[in-house]
Amino acid sequence: MNPQQPHDHIVRSVDEEQQRLKGELLRMGAMAADQLLAALDAVDRRDEAAARSVVAADAVIDLLEQDTSQDVMKLALRGPLARDLREILAAIRIASDLERIGDYAANVAKRSLALNAAPALPQIRGLASLGGLAAEQVRRVMAAYAAQDADAARRVRDADAAVDAQYTGLFRELLTYMMEDPRHITGCTHLLFMAKNIERIGDHATNIAENVLFLVTGEETFPPREKRDATTGP
Amino acid sequence: MNLYTRRRLANGVALVAACAAAAFGLLFLGWILWTLAAKGLAGVDWALFAQDTPPPMAEGGLRNAFYGSAVMCLMAIGIGTPLGIAAGTWLSEYGTAGRIGTAVRFVNDILLSAPSIVLGLFVYTLVVQQAGGSFSAMAGALSLAFIVLPVVVRTTDEMLQLVPAQMREAALSLGVPQWKVTMQVLYRSALPGIVTGVLLALARISGETAPLLFTAFGNQYWNTDITRPMASVPVVMYQFAGSPYESWQGIAWAGALVLTLFVLLTSLVARAVVARHRVSHD
Amino acid sequence: MTDPRPAKLAARGLDFHYGDFRALKSIDLDIPERQVTALIGPSGCGKSTLLRVFNRIYALYPKLRASGQVLLDGEDILDPKYPMNRLRSRVGMVFQKPVPFPMTIFENVAYGIRHHERLPKAEMAARVEEALRQAALWDEVKDKLGQNALGLSGGQQQRLCIARAVALRPDVLLLDEPTSALDPLSTARIEQLVAELKRDYTIAIVTHNMQQAARVSDFTAFMYLGDLVEHGPTGTIFSNPSKQQTEDYITGRFG
Repeated sequence: MNPQQPHDHIVRSVDEEQQRLKGELLRMGAMAADQLLAALDAVDRRDEAAARSVVAADAVIDLLEQDTSQDVMKLALRGPLARDLREILAAIRIASDLERIGDYAANVAKRSLALNAAPALPQIRGLASLGGLAAEQVRRVMAAYAAQDADAARRVRDADAAVDAQYTGLFRELLTYMMEDPRHITGCTHLLFMAKNIERIGDHATNIAENVLFLVTGEETFPPREKRDATTGP
Repeated sequence: MNLYTRRRLANGVALVAACAAAAFGLLFLGWILWTLAAKGLAGVDWALFAQDTPPPMAEGGLRNAFYGSAVMCLMAIGIGTPLGIAAGTWLSEYGTAGRIGTAVRFVNDILLSAPSIVLGLFVYTLVVQQAGGSFSAMAGALSLAFIVLPVVVRTTDEMLQLVPAQMREAALSLGVPQWKVTMQVLYRSALPGIVTGVLLALARISGETAPLLFTAFGNQYWNTDITRPMASVPVVMYQFAGSPYESWQGIAWAGALVLTLFVLLTSLVARAVVARHRVSHD
Repeated sequence: MTDPRPAKLAARGLDFHYGDFRALKSIDLDIPERQVTALIGPSGCGKSTLLRVFNRIYALYPKLRASGQVLLDGEDILDPKYPMNRLRSRVGMVFQKPVPFPMTIFENVAYGIRHHERLPKAEMAARVEEALRQAALWDEVKDKLGQNALGLSGGQQQRLCIARAVALRPDVLLLDEPTSALDPLSTARIEQLVAELKRDYTIAIVTHNMQQAARVSDFTAFMYLGDLVEHGPTGTIFSNPSKQQTEDYITGRFG
C-alpha cells in the first residue's frame, strides 16, 4: 500500500485539520519522551525540584489529549472513509497511549521524591538504562507515525522484547539486593514500581506501533509478539 | 448620477413604456369589444338562431350558418385530430433522432403558417374541380382540417416530449408493450395539453373565412347535405357586412358577436382544462 | 474473497457502446443473491449504464449496443432469443426521479400486474396490498387508494414506484440513485426499506453518495471511465481498499 498521498483532498480544510491533528500527536509524543528522560534525570541527581516540575508538566500532555479529542470529533463529523477513517481511529488510540506514557513518566518522577529519603542505590543505573531504552522506543514509534513508515513501526514492535528482557533483569537484580539486606527493601520497592512503569511505557509504545501499522496497512490483527517479561511466569 | 440612480431611472422609463403599450393594446381591444357589443347585441334574439339567412332587405337569422359552421368545424376536428395525434405521436416516439423526423417537423411548421386561402385553393383544385365544380360542405371541412392538422401535430409532439423519459422507461420496464405504454400512460399524461391544442384549433377554424369561400361556398337556404354547398358564419358575415342593406348588416354584427363569444368561451375552457389537470413534471 | 451466496446476476466480458464510444470495458461482475450490491464511481463512469444493461432498458434507444454476456441464473439475457417478457417480470427497476403514472394509487401498482396476469378483483386487491406493504407505504395510503398518485409527497411517490416494481414479484431489483431527489428523512426510510427488501430480492443500487453505499450495501463495486476498478465486501472497500484509485475517490481526493 503506497503510503504517499498523490492528491490533496478536494476540500482542503480536511488536509489542514489532519495536519493539525498529526502535529498535536507528534508534540505529545515528544513531550512524553522528554518527560521520561527528565524524570530519570531527577532520579539520578536526586533533584526534588526537578521531580516536582515533571509532575506539574504532565498537565500539558493531558490538555493536548483533549485538543486531539476535539480535532478527531471535527474530522469524524465529515464521515471519513478508508484511510481517513483509519487515521482518526488510530489518532484516538495513539493519543490515549501517549497520555498514559505521560502519566507513567510523572509517576516515576513522583516516586523519586520518596526514593530520595533512602540512600542512593546502585540499581539506579539499571533503571536509567531501561528508561533510556523506553524513551528511545517512544521516539522511534512517533517518527514512524510521522513518516507513516510501516517497517519502522514493525521494528519498534519487535524491539519491545529487549525492553522486557532488561526489565526482567532489573527485577531479578532488585530481588537479589532486597534479599541481601532488609534495609534495602524500601528503596528497592520504589525502584521496582518505577521499573514497572517504564516497562508499561514500552508496552504503550508497542500499542502505538500497532496503530501505526493499522493506519498504514489496514491490518488489525498481528502475530503475537515475543514477550520476554518473565517476571510473571515463563 | 451614480449607477444605481441610472438604473432606477431606466427601470422607470421601461415600466412606463410597457404600461403604455399594454394600455394601447387594451384600448383597442376594448374598443373592438365595445363596438361589437354595441352593434351586435341588438341583433341577438331568438330569430338569429331560428331563422335562416334572408334575402336582401328581409329579416332573418343565421340558423343555417350556425349549423354549417358547427358541422364543418366538427368534421374538420374529426378528420384532423386523429391524424394529428397519430403523426405527433410518431414524431415524439420515433422521430426525435433521425432526419425524417426533422423533415416532417419542418413541413408541419410550414403547413402551420400557410395562408389559409392557399389551403382553400388546394382543396378547391383537388376536390371541387374534380367534382365538376360543385362546392360542398365536405370540401369545406377538408380545408379546415388542413388547418387543424398541423396544430394538433405540433401540440401532441410537444406534449408527449414533455413526458419524462423515465416514465416511459418505468412503464416499459414493467413489461408493458410500447403501444400500450403510449396509449395508457403517455396519452394520459399529455392529454390536457393535447385537448388544449384541439380546442385552440377549434377556436381558430371557427373564424376562418377564406378557405370556405372556395370550398363550401355558401348557401342561402337551410341545407344538411354535406355534398352540397353549406353556409357558415364567417362567410355570411363577409357577404352581409359589406352590403348596403341594413338588415344584413345587423345580422352580420350579431353573428360577429356570437362568434367572438364562442372563441372566448372555447379559450376559457381550454385554460380550465390545463389548470385542472396540471401535471407537474419538475 | 469468497462470496458465500451464488451470483444471481453476473456480467461476463460485458462491453457497451454509445455509437462509437465504448462506455463499458469488458466488465466481469457478480451480483450475489439476496444481497445489496452498490455501484459507485464518478459521473460518467458507467455505473448507470451497467445497471441499465441488467434489464435491457437500453434497447429502447438506437445506437446503443451491448456485447458479452449477462447471466441471470445462468441464462444469458443479452441473447436475442431470451424472451423480453420473462426478463421484465424477473428484473424490476426504480428510477432516480419518482415517476408515478397519472392514475390512481391502486392503478399504479396494478398496472404492471395486469399486463402479466389475469387476476380476479379480490386477488388483485390482495396483490396490491402486498406490494404496498412491502414498500412500507400501505398504512399511509390504504384509505386513499382511489386518489391520484400525483398527490403524494416525493418520498411517498418513490415508495410507490418501489411498490410498483415489487408488485411483479421479480427476483432482482435495480435501483438507480433512488434517493438522490429526496430529503434526508425520506432517504432514511428508503434505506430502511432496502434493508428489509434484501431478504427477498437481490438488489443492485447505483448511488453517488458513498456514505449511503457504506450504510446500505453488502458488496460494493467501484467503477471509473467504463472500467470495473475494484469490487468486494463493503466493509473492506470502505475501510481498506486495495487500489489507490478507489481510495482517492472514496476519500474525496479525486483530482
